[in-house]
Amino acid sequence: MAKNTLYNKVWGAHAVAQLPTGQTQLFIGLHLIHEVTSPQAFDMLREKGLQVAYPQRTFATMDHIVPTLDQARPFADAQAEQMMQAIERNAKEFGINFYDFATGRQGVVHIIGPELGLTQPGMTIACGDSHTSTHGAFGTLAFGIGTSQVRDVLASQCLAMDPMKVRRIEVNGSLKPSVTAKDVILAIINKLGVKGGIGYAYEYAGSVFDTMSMEGRMTVCNMSIEGGARAGYVNPDETTFAYLKGREHSPKGAAWDKAVTTWRGLASDKDATYDDIIQIDAANIEPMVTWGVTPAQSVAVGDSLPDPAQVADAGERGSLETAYKYMKLKVGQKMTEVAIDVAFIGSCTNGRIEDLRAAAAVVKGHQASKSVKAFVVPGSMQVKAQAEKEGLHEIFKAAGFEWREAGCSMCLAMNPDQLIGDQVSASSSNRNFIGRQGSPTGRTLLMSPAMVAAAAITGHVTDVRIL
Amino acid sequence: MSKVSKVQGRAVPVLGDDIDTDRIIPARYLKEITFTKMGDYPFFDERFNADGSQKPHPFNEARFQGASVLIGNVNFGCGSSREHAPQALMRWGHPTQPGIKAVIAESFAEIFAGNCVMLGIPAVIASKADVAALQKIANDDPQTVFTVDTSSMTVNAGPLSIKVSMPESRRQALVEGTWDSTGLLMANADKVKATAAKLGYMSGFTN
Ligand code: SF4
Repeated sequence: MAKNTLYNKVWGAHAVAQLPTGQTQLFIGLHLIHEVTSPQAFDMLREKGLQVAYPQRTFATMDHIVPTLDQARPFADAQAEQMMQAIERNAKEFGINFYDFATGRQGVVHIIGPELGLTQPGMTIACGDSHTSTHGAFGTLAFGIGTSQVRDVLASQCLAMDPMKVRRIEVNGSLKPSVTAKDVILAIINKLGVKGGIGYAYEYAGSVFDTMSMEGRMTVCNMSIEGGARAGYVNPDETTFAYLKGREHSPKGAAWDKAVTTWRGLASDKDATYDDIIQIDAANIEPMVTWGVTPAQSVAVGDSLPDPAQVADAGERGSLETAYKYMKLKVGQKMTEVAIDVAFIGSCTNGRIEDLRAAAAVVKGHQASKSVKAFVVPGSMQVKAQAEKEGLHEIFKAAGFEWREAGCSMCLAMNPDQLIGDQVSASSSNRNFIGRQGSPTGRTLLMSPAMVAAAAITGHVTDVRIL
Repeated sequence: MSKVSKVQGRAVPVLGDDIDTDRIIPARYLKEITFTKMGDYPFFDERFNADGSQKPHPFNEARFQGASVLIGNVNFGCGSSREHAPQALMRWGHPTQPGIKAVIAESFAEIFAGNCVMLGIPAVIASKADVAALQKIANDDPQTVFTVDTSSMTVNAGPLSIKVSMPESRRQALVEGTWDSTGLLMANADKVKATAAKLGYMSGFTN
């Protein structure tokens, strides 16, 4: 059992009681909700005649279903409009803070939490969305929950939880130029597999994370769940505090000093013990691209696709064969030979300002290939405003990229942004599952925003270093 | 709250590792604001072509209609946290069919397993060999009645009796009938208040 880790400290501070089942009743410091997984939870409250226990600790926004082209109400899609009205009604009726379009702060839930300073070190954070792990970048214990659990948090501000184990993942050394946070997490998932993290919280540590920006840390923590870990975190440090200082919900004045003192004490102690420790050499990480249908089915961009016949485990071999059949790719094919039809830059993994800057830097002075539909979807209204202030939108537009409004967009495609038929997308999002991007035969290649930009220009997977 | 100590019914094998919740229920069906109709959609894109014609899938086969135990392989239910996935399985074929009331697999993704318990669905883990044997029985004789017993943590199917596992707290919640946790959590409101009072951020670090 892990000891003296940040995980232990946060868990301990939020443990309310032991339940008769043996589970821990855990207090949830910040509850984020969005339009898709919350309406049923509010209905359950109504059915039981319950109130929201701590309405000031829940924050709502809309992201999954919103169109990114025309956001005029009512939405063209009647179902989407109905879903919007449900969250508007629920927020009003239960007195919940709501970041809608009118506030200028709407965006993907995992982008706006940190951006507004709602996400703070040492909190427990829950949201009806598996990428809640993103918030772990601030030294929080943050995880996704189902809708019945959303109901529990609304009704009691608590969850019935089983403790997790802690695996420390140390990445030391220097990353090669153009190797990004996205490549680091794809490499980790490639090594540990999509189920390697089941039962664990991941603690990301080592010189690579010490020197990584908050936005990079968010990208890494975001995809913890793709490795099976429900939560992932980085110990808070000066980088964390510098990011939070002055944000809308960050403590101010004397309260800020007090907060920082508290936060400093949260990091895992030097003598902390872990359930498992993994070491990875940063120098070995290349720009990564997924070719299959799980986020672990990836290769370094310069490599060829693997041969299932070389895999001993029958289940894993079966997964590779499923991937080849679905992706219509050939064993041994070079990754850079794979052509793309769509380039998508956005999502809670890579829809922040640094991501857009990185992509714009690649795009500048080039044109998107005629055969590629390329579009950029900022993660939030504030990211969009900042990008426009910096003129990034002009760079993208000049290169033939569409510049959209904030939302989840084609990350999960429950809005008009969808693949058609068996189109191949180069995507800066987090899931390459079968059918994920809106077409039951659509194909997704995950990569960093800079790599998506490079692929958009050439029309095929491209090593951004030799563009 | 009912106690779930035994689930009995015929079984449907769903083969393959890493079957994610997008496959169990495609995102477009998440646009509905209630779970009521989810039973129409499990594995929709794996079962139907765009023109509505059927693809080969166990959920389409006549012999598996009415099954209430699903047998999967490794990392079943990974990906999105959507509770729509177990809701769709639980409501499959309603009202004429019972829906999936128990799931057996070699391993489960964490959030999916938790969502199952919240709905009173045992998600039990069996060894690779046992899962293969159970899938074979269901496939060879779909009429076989499976018994998933959360008291003894066994699964019986025809001549076969195997040991299964699940986290003890979840097992307790099922057999004691406390899997709907809202009541339990609300009962400790005073303790919740006391815990919250000790957290600096609850007052914005002002006291
Ligand atoms: S951007 Fe994608 S992963 Fe993130 S919350 Fe939206 S749909 Fe989920």
